Amino acid sequence: MLRRALLPLALGLVALAGVAQAQTRTRLTVYTALETEQLAPLKAAAEAAVPGIEVAWVRDSTGVITARLIAERQNPRADVIWGVSAFSLLQMEALEMLEPYTPQGAEALRPNMRSDRSPMTWTGMDAFVAAICFNTAVAQQRNLPRPTTWADLLAPAFRGQVVMPNPNSSGTGFLTVAGWIGAQGEARAWDYMRGLHDNIQVYTHSGSAPCNNAARGEYGVGISLDMRAVTLRNQGAPLEIIVPTDGVGYDIEGTAIQRGTRNLDAARRFVDWSVSRQAAELYGRWYALLALPGVQPAVRGYPAEFEQRLVSQDIRAVANERERILREWASRFDGKSAPRN
Amino acid sequence: MSDLAALLPAPDAVRPRASTATRVMRGGQWLALLALGLALLLPMGTLLSRAFGNAAGEFVWFANFAAYVTTPSLLAAAWNSVWTAALTTALVIPLAFFYAYALTRSRIPAKGAFRAAMLIPILAPSLLPALALITLFGNQGLLKGALLGYPLYGPVGIIMAQVFACFPHAAIILAVALGTADGRLYEAAAALKASAFRTFLTVTLPQARYGLISAAIVVFTLVMTDFGVPKVIGGQFPVLATDVYKQVVGQLDFNMGAVVGIVLLLPAVIAFLIDRWAQRQREATMSGRAVVYAPKPNLVRDWLCLLHCLAVAGVLLGLTGVAAWGSLITFWPYNLTLTLANYDFANFDPAGWGAVWTSVRLATLVAVIGAPAIFTIAWLLERGPKGGPVPGLLRLAATVPLAIPGLVLGLAYILFFNHPANPLNFFYGGLVILVVNCLTHFYTVGHLTAVTAIRQLDPEFEAVGASLRVPVLVTFARVTVPICLPAILDIAVYLFVNAMTTVSAVIFLYGPDTKLASIAVVHMDEAGQVSAAAAMACTILAITAAVKLVQVLAGGLVDRSTQAWRQR
Repeated sequence: MLRRALLPLALGLVALAGVAQAQTRTRLTVYTALETEQLAPLKAAAEAAVPGIEVAWVRDSTGVITARLIAERQNPRADVIWGVSAFSLLQMEALEMLEPYTPQGAEALRPNMRSDRSPMTWTGMDAFVAAICFNTAVAQQRNLPRPTTWADLLAPAFRGQVVMPNPNSSGTGFLTVAGWIGAQGEARAWDYMRGLHDNIQVYTHSGSAPCNNAARGEYGVGISLDMRAVTLRNQGAPLEIIVPTDGVGYDIEGTAIQRGTRNLDAARRFVDWSVSRQAAELYGRWYALLALPGVQPAVRGYPAEFEQRLVSQDIRAVANERERILREWASRFDGKSAPRN
Repeated sequence: MSDLAALLPAPDAVRPRASTATRVMRGGQWLALLALGLALLLPMGTLLSRAFGNAAGEFVWFANFAAYVTTPSLLAAAWNSVWTAALTTALVIPLAFFYAYALTRSRIPAKGAFRAAMLIPILAPSLLPALALITLFGNQGLLKGALLGYPLYGPVGIIMAQVFACFPHAAIILAVALGTADGRLYEAAAALKASAFRTFLTVTLPQARYGLISAAIVVFTLVMTDFGVPKVIGGQFPVLATDVYKQVVGQLDFNMGAVVGIVLLLPAVIAFLIDRWAQRQREATMSGRAVVYAPKPNLVRDWLCLLHCLAVAGVLLGLTGVAAWGSLITFWPYNLTLTLANYDFANFDPAGWGAVWTSVRLATLVAVIGAPAIFTIAWLLERGPKGGPVPGLLRLAATVPLAIPGLVLGLAYILFFNHPANPLNFFYGGLVILVVNCLTHFYTVGHLTAVTAIRQLDPEFEAVGASLRVPVLVTFARVTVPICLPAILDIAVYLFVNAMTTVSAVIFLYGPDTKLASIAVVHMDEAGQVSAAAAMACTILAITAAVKLVQVLAGGLVDRSTQAWRQR
């Protein structure tokens, strides 16, 4: 009788011990806009490298996750923000939502890819660029030339074949427009967009939709982000990713600590690791341009002089101009959005 | 005589006997108002007050509205919203009415199967028809020519997808409205030698008019507020609902988002006024002396009904079939090899199959809590005391959720429930807040279904109960609930399937451990994993369809035990 009672008790104690051990790990709630397939390897690496933490993800697209973070700011739920656009981070910085902390070793990051405050409010991980998703099957069908510059997209052959994100709905759309303004100067950039408008079939609300649509052959050319195309190509889409040579806009993915986190110590240890060489090598599996110099990215398919194609832009200056540019864009193109054949 | 009458106690004094019932029901109404106030009115108030503030939190009167009115695309968007919603309503109501008519007033075979088929669109996430339509009518589509050169991405796609999505909402309400009829009216019509057409116009249609009004309001409002369909398949065609998305997600401007939210509430206010009007005109169609109408065979009518049902069900099943096929192919349209790999969700989303189980838990809770609550509140409103401000407020609170875009409701929940001063803020981030949110979001159609069912019952049932001195709650439990059990089951299943498929509100509310399958569908589609998104959508559909099937089977039992009185 006694033995019968003891066995479950012993099992219970073992289970309790397990729970207790799990509880000694600090659970960090990490808000992110990283691609879903990146989450598992990053979580595993972070938990292995930073003792005593557990990563719990809340992932959504950049717009949704930023809206959530800002809406929750009176009573924050996130501990760490990891893999979110620097434009979003700057908006959060303006709202005093980021905990000032300079991670150990963050000075080694490229100066234009980290916070200019001291102590820093955010640190960069990598950059992604506006790019052209070019469907080679559709191109063959419709005799589309392979574009190598943004200017090439003005050719009449592309009429009704180009999709891009609406910058008022999508951060990708905005960074594309900001890139054109940075590369060509504002007046010429608006002229360029006026011409491109004639070739555009649809301004989508989602930043990834143009590349997805191009991959499915709905259109020949989708203006989107470079890393979008990788997943699609792995699935067998006849997609070529083109980084135009006449200057591309870019965005930085960054890391920050949420001000008001209840796990400040663990969050600090976590971001210390997030700027380390080991972490940068991990980011290099998917991104060609890393914030930490001297790390060789493992991702393939990028031209050697890729870095030179990025427009030189001051992210903070661009962020300050954001509202004006969006309003200007809306007044020029949003009203004329009746669908065309 | 008149002096004597003056000496008699005023009617008020007779009250005490009825007042136990009245007091119980008024108490219930207060409780219901408290619940709906917490779940709807306070969060929405918190958000809507943002419409009158600026980014710094200062009160700016109507400055945001003034700014919004000057937006260049506003008029176009408002007009587009209205005409696509009106056209969708004009297409859906006749289709759904004759479908419901066939189910209730004809002798076609396989009614159970048709009843199940009509629900397919609400059983699946809204991305499913969009993906199927792209497969069929997109630029690489199999039937692209059928659109006569019009692009799918725009009003054509929006209306096609919305007709598909809204059909079951209208059909459910109309099937309930037509579900019970007094056979004596038809006997009288036959005795008066009225033609079948005249009988239809003078007996059938008037009986269904509240159902028709409700269904039209529901469809119109659903189309006005839905942003999922225009976002995926509407191209750049501007509508008001995508304006909310643009403001909140694109520009992180919650104040302007709240402004558009208020503009979108206008249809709900109009709907509320129409409902009030309809309520004043109402009369019970099912009196205590009613004889249940049983349609007699009529070859022409039955064949027409059967053809209509076959055509509608064929389209609904066909689109679903296309999506199911899409979930099994490797990569549309370049690699059509069949594969099951798309169902290995862990490869596409870290939550994997876990998201499916989270969704099932959520949907079960919403249905089990929601159906009894919604029905009871509808009954308190219909049969409870009418005086005072409470019934009016309750009725408003029950009508409004339909018109609130999910994004607006989700944002309202963050601002209200996550507020540091809110004692309920511990709910936030868990399953509880998702349950409350879903219940609130899908309240209206359940409420309308319950009201339609209750209004068909003669108040004499309660009067008889009262004269027999049976407590009103006993009458409710012994008579009203059993008679309305099919409608209550309908509400439960409606809540279940909507909780399984909802995206727009919960996308702001799920936590690290409560990621839902419907959200995973959106994420996979955004990541370009279309086949996996279709696979997850089909998984959701399989679960909701199984639940529906159980309802149909259980419905047979329920009918036998509670509805036998309807047969002669």
